[in-house]
Amino acid sequence: MRTVAEFRIEYLQYLDAQGNVTGELPAFAADNAELLKMYAAMLRARTFDAKAINLQRTGKLGTYAPCLGQEATHVGVGAAMRPEDCLSIVYREIGTLFWRGVRMTDVLLYWGGDERGNDFHGPAHDFPWCVPIATQTLHAAGAAMAFKVRKEPRCALAYIGDGGTSEGSFYEAINLAGARQLPVVFMIVNNKWAISVPIEEQTAAETLAQKAIAAGIPGVQVDGNDVIAVRDCVDRALAKARSGGGPTVIEAMSYRLSDHTTADDASRYRAESEVAAAWEHEPMIRLRKLLVARGALDEAREQALKAQFAQEVEAAVQEYLATSKQSTDAMFDHLFANPPPYIEAQKEMARRYAGTGRPSH
Amino acid sequence: MPRITMIEAIAMAQAWELAHDPSVVVLGEDVGRSGGVFRATAGLMERFGSDRVQDTPLAENMIAGMCVGMAAQGLKPVAEIQFMGFVYPAIDQIVNHMSRLRHRTRGRMSCPVVMRMPHGGGIHAPEHHSEAVESMLAHVPGIRVVCPSSPARAYGLLLAAIREPDPVVFLEPTRIYRYVKQDIADDGAALPLDVCYVLREGEDVTIVTWGAMTVDVLQAAEQLAARGISAEVIDLATISPIDSETILESVARTGRLVIVHEAARNCAVGAEVAAIVAEHGLFDLVAPIKRVTGYDTVVPLYRLENEFIPSVVRIVDAVKEVIE
Repeated sequence: MRTVAEFRIEYLQYLDAQGNVTGELPAFAADNAELLKMYAAMLRARTFDAKAINLQRTGKLGTYAPCLGQEATHVGVGAAMRPEDCLSIVYREIGTLFWRGVRMTDVLLYWGGDERGNDFHGPAHDFPWCVPIATQTLHAAGAAMAFKVRKEPRCALAYIGDGGTSEGSFYEAINLAGARQLPVVFMIVNNKWAISVPIEEQTAAETLAQKAIAAGIPGVQVDGNDVIAVRDCVDRALAKARSGGGPTVIEAMSYRLSDHTTADDASRYRAESEVAAAWEHEPMIRLRKLLVARGALDEAREQALKAQFAQEVEAAVQEYLATSKQSTDAMFDHLFANPPPYIEAQKEMARRYAGTGRPSH
Repeated sequence: MPRITMIEAIAMAQAWELAHDPSVVVLGEDVGRSGGVFRATAGLMERFGSDRVQDTPLAENMIAGMCVGMAAQGLKPVAEIQFMGFVYPAIDQIVNHMSRLRHRTRGRMSCPVVMRMPHGGGIHAPEHHSEAVESMLAHVPGIRVVCPSSPARAYGLLLAAIREPDPVVFLEPTRIYRYVKQDIADDGAALPLDVCYVLREGEDVTIVTWGAMTVDVLQAAEQLAARGISAEVIDLATISPIDSETILESVARTGRLVIVHEAARNCAVGAEVAAIVAEHGLFDLVAPIKRVTGYDTVVPLYRLENEFIPSVVRIVDAVKEVIE
């Protein structure tokens, strides 16, 4: 027997959990203002996240999927993408959405049970939230195909979770992207848990990045809690895709420090000690250490940012709470460009019976 | 005799069958360690081990396809699809293989599988978590579609479904998972499939419904009774195949038919019930058949979901219309 092909998966990290610089930093990392902007974006996402959970607990928001612990991945992607690129999210990536101009109120409306939350601000070509697991990877591949056909220098990026990489759609998307050399990046956020199923039980693959190998495209692993590494990794993948170099699969190693959603209770299936250990690797402390060491951040500035974001979140919450629910007509609006006649009759019936439904259990 | 909710009855039925039939295997996303997102499999993995109760990777088509393979080789898989809105990836396996393996192999092979899935809305769930698309599956030859309306019915019908030699899609109305408790003997007694259950006898109108809507229809019947209208309420229970006999017999007595379901109206199961009565009981009718259904649109997010699900008022008005 002889070896006909060999592969390896590289791991990228610039900043370890203690805040030590472990490699030669990319150019953007020399700019303290840029790093501070990314730090602030993580803090902003985390501040919103905590408030959203609180709103759910007090009955003012529906089920919510927190992003706690994964802020660096989301902000790193946000910072690397161009506005004209197309984003295909799952349901946690508020750090990226906020970076791209989505309003906090939009996010609250979505989880607050209002369709207007999917008509969010930010680039109009970005896809809405995507609950059906892994389906969004095919949309990104399709968007990338559109850019290729239309000869536009744009890229698509799809998020997917560790669990999602078990779905057929994911394999179909990376395979097609490889076969057609599409300008697309698949961003796997490996937070170690697919609700209650740990990554070790999800797959026997040593890394998720190596799934790319079977599709004939490069796969790389990155410390998903190192925002500098994430941004650099996505920067490079997008630059390659934009210049006709084809797709990349990135596996960002992170951890879900929260429950899966507010409807979940992770204490039923994972040890508190594991979560405590994961906190040692969370993404914000290391960047704070670097910024403090460089004199770009101090306690006063940190407190000022916290106060600013708390205020911003509060204003968004007030706006959300003051947004009255849509009329029953909204159920039918936008279903078709050319609605069939029975829609008008049903709309009329819904108006007639508005408010007669029972309260939810 | 434990006093339990529907969700507990579903766990109890699975536990009974796991304990009494070594070929039964429970599988699905989060059914093991976590005990299911609704707790429908709580405690089963601890009790029966991780071969009999398996957490699967996240892939619904895999779950359905694995069930075909397992069932064809002597197991009786009871699989959970986490929400009915997540069944779509599995449709390929359910329609192309599960439903027709017996038929294709001229009876050489078969698929004794139960596909359990939460059904319907009204629980403030996120997008894609409130679907009621039973008609899509009821349309497929070779599978049964069952939907219980109470803890006792859930226990008895799930046992019957697991023992059935062909595939059964078992729809669990999430809205009433914990709505009432009933005393249920854990005696392994199954209830018959393929028959309707008369929940309330009446003389003036027949109302056919199923799943969570039975609660609203029974409330409507109560209000109608106060106005002197006597409604017979029939729980379809097995959505496919439909027990025509019970429905036709009832309509022959009442002369009126109202069908109530949560799913959108267009090409839904209500149309099939109406067609059965139109074909075989038209001359028993003294008024046109009436349907009260969800609207022909996407199930709205939760702020409007209760405008979508037929209200008691809508049901009462529809009955009054066919009476007048």
